[in-house]
Order: sequence, then C-alpha cells, then structure tokens
Amino acid sequence: MMLTPAQTIGPFFSHALPWPDGPHVVAADAPGAFWLRGRVLDGAGEPVPDALIESWQADPDGRLGGPFRGFGRCPTDPHGWWAIRTVKPGPVPGAGGRPQAPHLALSVFARGLLHRVVTRVYFADEPTANAADPVLSGLPEPARGTLVAGQTEDGYRFDIRLQGEHETVFFAV
Amino acid sequence: MTYSRVHPPLRWPAYRSTLRRAPSSPLVTLPPGLTEQTGPAGAALLGDHQVDPLDHDLTRQHPSEPLGERIIVHGQVRDAGGRPVPDSLVEIWQTNAAGRYPHHADQHPAPLDPNFTGVGRCLTDPAGNYRFVSVKPGAYPWRNHDNAWRPAHIHFSLFGRAFTQRLITQMYFPGDPLFDQDPIFNSVPAAARPALVSRFDLSQTVPEWALAYRFDIVLGDTPVEEEG
Repeated sequence: MMLTPAQTIGPFFSHALPWPDGPHVVAADAPGAFWLRGRVLDGAGEPVPDALIESWQADPDGRLGGPFRGFGRCPTDPHGWWAIRTVKPGPVPGAGGRPQAPHLALSVFARGLLHRVVTRVYFADEPTANAADPVLSGLPEPARGTLVAGQTEDGYRFDIRLQGEHETVFFAV
Repeated sequence: MTYSRVHPPLRWPAYRSTLRRAPSSPLVTLPPGLTEQTGPAGAALLGDHQVDPLDHDLTRQHPSEPLGERIIVHGQVRDAGGRPVPDSLVEIWQTNAAGRYPHHADQHPAPLDPNFTGVGRCLTDPAGNYRFVSVKPGAYPWRNHDNAWRPAHIHFSLFGRAFTQRLITQMYFPGDPLFDQDPIFNSVPAAARPALVSRFDLSQTVPEWALAYRFDIVLGDTPVEEEG
C-alpha cells in the first residue's frame, strides 16, 4: 500500500499538541529522575523557537511499553530550549539482538522540516557501554559526539543542530 | 514504496524555511532496535490527560457552535501491510472557517471565532477507524513567496504502534485551486500527492446536517514483535 506522505508540522501547533505534563516522562520524585535539556539550532546557529521534541525510551529495567509511559513531548521556547524529565533507560537489544548502550529515541518536528528528523540520545557517563554500542561505534568522530548528552547539574544536556557545523546525526528509520 | 518516493525531501528550496533547517548530511540508516520497534500506545501516552469522548467534536468545545461549513472527517488508519491500527491516538488541528489559527504568531487579519479552537483528538476503534466533526478550514496567506496562500488543510498527527510509524501530515480537500502554487503540497513526489487529498464521501454525509470527507492513512510497517 502507498504510505501517506509526511508534511511539516508548521508554525501553528503550540496551542494544539503540547499538554502540561508532556515533558514529564516520570514524576519529580521518581528514583533517578533528571532533566534532559537542550537547544534546537538552525544552520545559521539561530535558535529554533517553533520545534516540537518527542522522546521514547525503555524503563530503567529495559522494558518498553507497559505501565511505564516512556514518552515525552516538549515544544521549544522562544530561545530554542526544550526539557524532558525522565530516567536513564535500561539496556535494550538492537538489530539482531545485539546489546546497546542506554539511549532514547528522539523525534524533531518543526516548521521547515517537511518530515520529522530522528536521532538518539546517549549518555556521557556510560563510556564503556557507548564504546561497545553498534550504532555509536559505527559513526566517525566528531559525528559520534553529537549523540552523547553531557552531564549537567540537574541531568544532561543534548543540543540539536539541524544543519551545518557540528550537525547532529539524524537517522532514517 | 521507499522513503524517497513517498515522503518529501528535507531540503526543498521552494519552501524557504527548509533552507536553514534541513540537515546537510544524508540520513544515516539505522537498523531499528527494540526502542524503535515499539512506541507509545493508546491513551497511556497522554498521561493524566486521557482522551475525552467529546474531543473528536470540534464543534462542541465552546458554549455555541462555530461558524462555517460543518464537516465530518473520517477514515481508517492502516499499516503498510494493510492491517488496521486500532487504539492509536490521532490528533488534529486546523484553522477556523475564515483561515485563522488561535495562535499568537498567526497575524492573518481574518476573524477569530470564539467558538472554535480547532484542536481535536481521538483513539482509533478496533478496526482502525477514526471520525471527527469540525468545520471546513479556510485558506490563508503566508510569506513564503509573492501572494502565497496555503490550500485549506487539516494537520494530522499519528503514532501507530511503533516509533518508526510516527507521522505528522496534512489532509487537503479535493479540487483545491491552490495546489499548484503550494510548495509544501508539491514537495511530495507527484505520484504520492493524491494520498494527501481527502475525497468527498456522500455515504457518510448526514442529511440536513453535515458533509463528509474520507481520509485514509497508511503508516509504515508494523514491526514484528520479537519480545524475548
């Protein structure tokens, strides 16, 4: 069957898609809860104030779905910032059952993106797992580094550069 | 059908906003792992905000009815293999009948309608069907090029059953004279454009009440569950 083609989310969704607890994958008092924050920047280094970030991930035991919501949604603010409160996922097998480092799947929607772009968030404090990860280890530096969220005071930081220098690695899935 | 033959390219110069936002590097093929082969399902992903039974009716969200031509928009959500996608969240948003969004950034000097927000959601039924009641959205101008107008459209957001199936698209109305000059519609390869256009559906009209349009949606393959 012919797939339905994608179209841009456009600039006028912030009254429609976000909901108050959209960024809260877990409650504030969940063990291990942290904030994953970042900016979305365009090819000129300007903030993208009209993007929507969505995350999907396993629970700390590596389980997907079930009672764990696993899903986060946050629009960017006027300075391009987004934030999702979550926990680090447990190990999840990759293609062919190969072990992978802890990661989140991320979608970015925005005016000017005719289809979402997809990336992955890895964690800087998992150097051993990251080095063995089949997806990360298949990427050359410095591209690999664009997928690794650095540690901050209250969690991790993951900037998304849509285009140009230090462009984030985006995946076809 | 492959990605490039259905979905628009990310860089499409006629749609100027793509110029600084489309990635320059080719996408990296990711053999999907379990993270990508699963996804948020049903109403659970809305957290505490469960889908209200009236959320599908955009004409009953305010004290009075909105102005405009009342329409029913319905269809079936299936995967690439033709299997229905049940219990899956469908979100829509659109302008009012005058072509205006109630959004702070919409500066089009057309009237707002105090009785229309233009936002709806529902879950597909066991056969993958959805149904909304709304009013026909209006065309509106934008500044992409000289005298640019968007054809009337309804934005659709779909989840399917896996992260790989996530889709945001736009539904159009048959025979719109604005198709030819719209770079967003025309960013889709010509053979796939008809899949974005709803069809008038006399069978689902309600006599003396509303016209109906059918918009069927096909998401990517549903991953085979290989949970161990």
